[in-house]
Amino acid sequence: MSDNTVIDERINSKYEAGFITDVEMQTFDPGLNENVIRKISAKKNEPEFMLEWRLDAYRQWLEMERPAWAQVNYPEIDFDAIAYYSSPKSQEDAPKSLAEVDPELLRTYEKLGIPLHEQEALAGVAVDIVFDSVSIITTFKEKLAESGVIFCSLSEAVIEHPELIKKYLGSVVPVNDNFYAALNCAVFSDGSFVYIPKGVKCPMELSTYFRINEMNTGQFERTLIIADEGSYVSYLEGCTAPSRDENQLHGAVVELVALKGAQIKYSTVQNWYPGDENGKGGIYNFVTKRGICHDDAKVSWTQVETGSAITWKYPSVVLLGDNSVGEFYSVALTRNAQQADTGTKMIHLGRNTRSTIISKGISAGKGSNSYRGLVNISPRAEGARNFTQCDSLLIGDKCSANTFPYIVSKNPSAIVEHEATTSKVSDDQLFLCQQRGIDPEKAVSMIVNGFCKSVFKELPMEFAMEAGKLLEVSLEGSVG
Amino acid sequence: MLNITNLKANVDGKEILKGLNIDVKPGEVHAIMGPNGSGKSTLSNVLAGRDKYEATAGTITFGGKDLLALEPEDRAREGIFLAFQYPVEIPGVSNLEFLKTSLECLHAYQNKPLLSAVEFLKLAREKCKLVDLHTDFLKRGVNEGFSGGEKKRNEIMQMLMLEPKLCLLDETDSGLDIDALKVVADGINTLRSPDRAFILITHYQRLLDYVQPDFVHVLSDGQIVKSGGSELALELEEKGYSWLESGTEQSANPLKV
Repeated sequence: MSDNTVIDERINSKYEAGFITDVEMQTFDPGLNENVIRKISAKKNEPEFMLEWRLDAYRQWLEMERPAWAQVNYPEIDFDAIAYYSSPKSQEDAPKSLAEVDPELLRTYEKLGIPLHEQEALAGVAVDIVFDSVSIITTFKEKLAESGVIFCSLSEAVIEHPELIKKYLGSVVPVNDNFYAALNCAVFSDGSFVYIPKGVKCPMELSTYFRINEMNTGQFERTLIIADEGSYVSYLEGCTAPSRDENQLHGAVVELVALKGAQIKYSTVQNWYPGDENGKGGIYNFVTKRGICHDDAKVSWTQVETGSAITWKYPSVVLLGDNSVGEFYSVALTRNAQQADTGTKMIHLGRNTRSTIISKGISAGKGSNSYRGLVNISPRAEGARNFTQCDSLLIGDKCSANTFPYIVSKNPSAIVEHEATTSKVSDDQLFLCQQRGIDPEKAVSMIVNGFCKSVFKELPMEFAMEAGKLLEVSLEGSVG
Repeated sequence: MLNITNLKANVDGKEILKGLNIDVKPGEVHAIMGPNGSGKSTLSNVLAGRDKYEATAGTITFGGKDLLALEPEDRAREGIFLAFQYPVEIPGVSNLEFLKTSLECLHAYQNKPLLSAVEFLKLAREKCKLVDLHTDFLKRGVNEGFSGGEKKRNEIMQMLMLEPKLCLLDETDSGLDIDALKVVADGINTLRSPDRAFILITHYQRLLDYVQPDFVHVLSDGQIVKSGGSELALELEEKGYSWLESGTEQSANPLKV
């Protein structure tokens, strides 16, 4: 293969996950009212308490206003033009094993490079697959059950483990937390549920792969992870969607509960369809993610955000317990007309709580990239510490980067550090690479990868490589 | 190997090189000396193909090819290496990663077999030793937090790794203490061979005490005003440049500190 073929191929395959899967779908008509919510709940055979919870959320949502403070611009969303439930017909009878799953669906994940057959899977990674509004299959369930770990779709957990759902669902992100979270509570379709028992170190990495496929649908997934006292789990999520000219809404809620001494490591590689070079199409990614730490617990968020037309998300940690630890490592890349307003909130309530924030924003093309973060030290949080580092990297001269750090400290013993830098991929750096025989595109991707290194090293191995490759593809054509 | 004929070049619209001629054959070491602002660095930047350095007239052929028609990365792949006067930092990109990427690009272009990871590492460690850099440097970011001397030694280390056909050293000797200067000179002497050429751009005679040039050229106001053997460098050291610029001999040397 000559050099040129390689380049051509790569230019033509800008968003590799942009294909559409052709399976027969059952999709609700667009529109949102109590009836639609009842239908969603009925589809999932939910117990009465769940339906009531949804309806309550819906009524609160009707009274709420769309948040307007973020540094993003988009036209008013018509919530009645969205279909709130879509599922492949073949999922009607809830397949129990891979053999029963529609082969066309399996091929979708093969194309995306997600291993589903347990014997072929990456050693030590269990996967839950969410396709539009439903979970298709969860691998390694039996093996995990041996150590008492519950890993299943949220719909299944609502039926099988109602006591855990009643206790924890909405306990970290309250129903009325914000506009999009309330909407999610009303119409959430599927997502993953994880419970790690006391003292158990989860024997495998757990992961969920979210795929939006159907047109004009919104995906409102919801994930709940409970790590009981002294347990540990590492969880990964990945996301892709077809390339379409219409914008699609993705409004997820993720709640993490780390009980005394537990540790949760949550990693995201977000690669939703970003829209074309003129800003047409792409996913609106409006997501609420929050973890709560009890005494001596730790929640660590790592995110690599390269996709979506708009990203609005602030994975946060409530440091409720004494000596608890919150971490946030983020790489957000915007190019073309992508907009990202992302960051974190570290709420220090307990004594000697510590938090670390490392944020790397990369803007190319006409991309707009904002870091927005809150470090809040309550009067009780004796000895709290925070370290924040926000670095922005600009490629070209039409992009922008903003940093909005908010610091509220109500305890005089707290130590809060904030460092920020903005740099450009300089002509001198590019020329040094070229003079050593490296072409400019490869050079930019190498420089950007170097810039992100301190975040990438927080990702599990396979994901770190994936993230590096993703950046390379996303940056194509951003030089010159 | 390298032929420059009547080269004129602009920087930001200002003519810096005003008709420069030079011919370099394989195996030769040429020293280009001259006062500040005479066009020495412009020459190295034009040869390497840096943006904003625009050749307006004349020709440069390298190995029979029209050098000015090539992209900077292709000039490097053809075998031109520039040791920078002020090497930049690339934070987070390790020297090892940088060198490996560079070497792979060169070898792919030159149809040479790629080195295995083990062979590459062994080679990199060897070269580190030659320029007296601890192998820990390989893991550090490119020039990140390096001292001036370490940056220059790192340039020589890269040159040793990439084994170019033509080595351009742009004031590599400036700001070096005597030990670092010897390391740089040793690096150059190690690479000297009948099929490789060097152009040493320098302000001072110092480096030439350790690397004996075959030819010395004096650049002044964008032209070569005098060429000679290595004895010319000594003469410059003694007399300075002004006797060449003004055409009258002067004994006082403003450059001698």
